[in-house]
Amino acid sequence: MILINRRQKWLGLIAGVLLTAAAICMSIVYGYTNTTWSMAIDSFIHFNGSNEHIVLQTVRLPRALIAATVGASLAIAGVIMQTLTKNPLASPDILGINAGAGFAIVLCVTFFGMSDLQHFSVVSIAGAAISAFFVYVISVNGRDGLTPMKITLAGAAMAALFSSLTQGILVTNEAAFEQVLFWLAGSVAGRKMEILTSVLPYITIGIILSILFASKMNILASGEDVAKGLGLKTGRLKMIMGLIVISLAGGSVAIAGPIGFIGIVIPHIARYCIGNDHRWLIPFSGLLGSIVLIAADILSRYILMPREIPVGVMTAIIGTPLFIYIARKGFSGNEKI
Amino acid sequence: MVNSIETKQLTLSYGDSIVLKELDVEITEGEITVFIGGNGCGKSTLLRSIARLLKPMSGAVLLEGKEIAKQSTKDIAKKMAILPQSHSVPEGLTVLQLVKQGRFPYQNWLKQWTREDEEEVLQAIRVTGLESLKDRSVDSLSGGQRQRAWIAMTLAQDTSIILLDEPTTYLDLTHQIEILDLLYQLNQTEKRTILMVLHDINLASRYAHSIIAIKNQKVYGKGKPEEVITSDLVKKVFDLDCDIVGDPIFGTPMVIPHGKGRRIK
Ligand SMILES: Nc1ncnc2c1ncn2[C@@H]1O[C@H](COP(=O)(O)OP(=O)(O)OP(=O)(O)O)[C@@H](O)[C@H]1O
Ligand SMILES: [Mg+2]
Repeated sequence: MILINRRQKWLGLIAGVLLTAAAICMSIVYGYTNTTWSMAIDSFIHFNGSNEHIVLQTVRLPRALIAATVGASLAIAGVIMQTLTKNPLASPDILGINAGAGFAIVLCVTFFGMSDLQHFSVVSIAGAAISAFFVYVISVNGRDGLTPMKITLAGAAMAALFSSLTQGILVTNEAAFEQVLFWLAGSVAGRKMEILTSVLPYITIGIILSILFASKMNILASGEDVAKGLGLKTGRLKMIMGLIVISLAGGSVAIAGPIGFIGIVIPHIARYCIGNDHRWLIPFSGLLGSIVLIAADILSRYILMPREIPVGVMTAIIGTPLFIYIARKGFSGNEKI
Repeated sequence: MVNSIETKQLTLSYGDSIVLKELDVEITEGEITVFIGGNGCGKSTLLRSIARLLKPMSGAVLLEGKEIAKQSTKDIAKKMAILPQSHSVPEGLTVLQLVKQGRFPYQNWLKQWTREDEEEVLQAIRVTGLESLKDRSVDSLSGGQRQRAWIAMTLAQDTSIILLDEPTTYLDLTHQIEILDLLYQLNQTEKRTILMVLHDINLASRYAHSIIAIKNQKVYGKGKPEEVITSDLVKKVFDLDCDIVGDPIFGTPMVIPHGKGRRIK
């Protein structure tokens, strides 16, 4: 833990907010179309319809905000998944959330001709919820209730089931494959502001709930029996945590498709910086997730300029070495420096 | 005498395998009661069920005369604290943070942290002798220090009933006595009801007002240690041959197991 006392933690959070704002600005200004800071400011104050202003307002701005939102959502969903399943390698994929959301989208595109991006959000969250519901039904049986082990196993089973079903549809239906390809790659580019606004309510509610319930998550982290002994309604808290993950991860998948690594790696880096207390960990992870995804997205524009790499590939390139580094350090927020 | 806890025809199981059957147990208010019995006989299971951590297959647990399943779990947490047998802490959690968790039942959305909470926490840390360790992370402590941190958390809960599952495991003899003395003192001065599982029959006999011995899904014997602890009971409950003598200082029963070893007399 690098930030030890309250003052340092507050400074860490403030630095996170400032860096996120800076990253959003940079994401708006830098890219293939040559734009400058003054042009960017101008496009907000007196929009003149020039090519640059159109790019800034309709391409770069939504892209920056989407990256910020998706990065924060995936990181917070990862923290909550890891606490819920007591599994340090957990991420929204583990509950079958992403697979369920992806299957629902592919299904609706193929058989119901869904093409309106706005419908993606509802369908994706519904898919995430259905998968999570199955995970719940499978793992709640038995006297022990929802144990981390049963949740993880049921989630892995659902993830496998839904991804094979998705593959099945895609293999037998080439037209559908073409349509969802851009989405399957995992990217924050080429999305309109409307898709963001259509999922923003779910994501906002998810983030607010995650902060409100953070101190209860601290109690849950001390163990099921201890938490129940302290009078915590653990079943209800786990349900709420599940709903938060569904809205955050389902919402992110709807906008950006599957983007890996943020959900696994960011919570560990955040723990390493600010410790295990969810009241700090959740907001800090959210900010860190935003910063990293925006940075990855900016990088993805420059590496093969003028072509872009999907940001999902970028996060994998950045995330893998970090992941290995953290794994070697022992997955802990406790290193003394 | 008042029963602070009672079980009525309590049957406990994991899945289909029954651990304890149709148990009627009474725990007297203001006394120290100790469960004894062999490994796997169901002591922890019974304690967890009394603490509402395990739903009974049938029957009921009554707390102060009212069925526990029908009371709000947070209200129960203000009356009864439990230290389970096995527990793990999240990495990096400090002793102070762990002990503060004991105040959870007193907090709600509006009432967060009060002076009273702070005092209870400091008091719990002081009586368990953890002042110098309070900013250390729990996972960096020795087994015994860790155990004391957990006991401090239970004490911070400030309940009239305390349940502890083998609170002295991992402790050296000095700290075993220290913890048992502490619990005894809480019982004597504040009339707290203490219900615990202990493996050391000699210490159990010294500190407990009442012993409940469990064997074959049933209560095999219960009562004052000096009446209950006999070589016959030890043979039946633990399948151990022994002599019972009086503790030279306290006069309470002491078990001298037969078996092998160096004989110098
Ligand atoms: N979670 C569980 N699932 C299934 N069976 C269990 C579970 N916990 C305990 N048991 C079984 O229930 C029986 C009673 O276990 P319990 O832990 O209550 O024993 P105990 O008397 O506390 O033993 P010990 O002295 O070793 O702590 C044992 O046979 C044990 O194998
Ligand atoms: Mg036990």
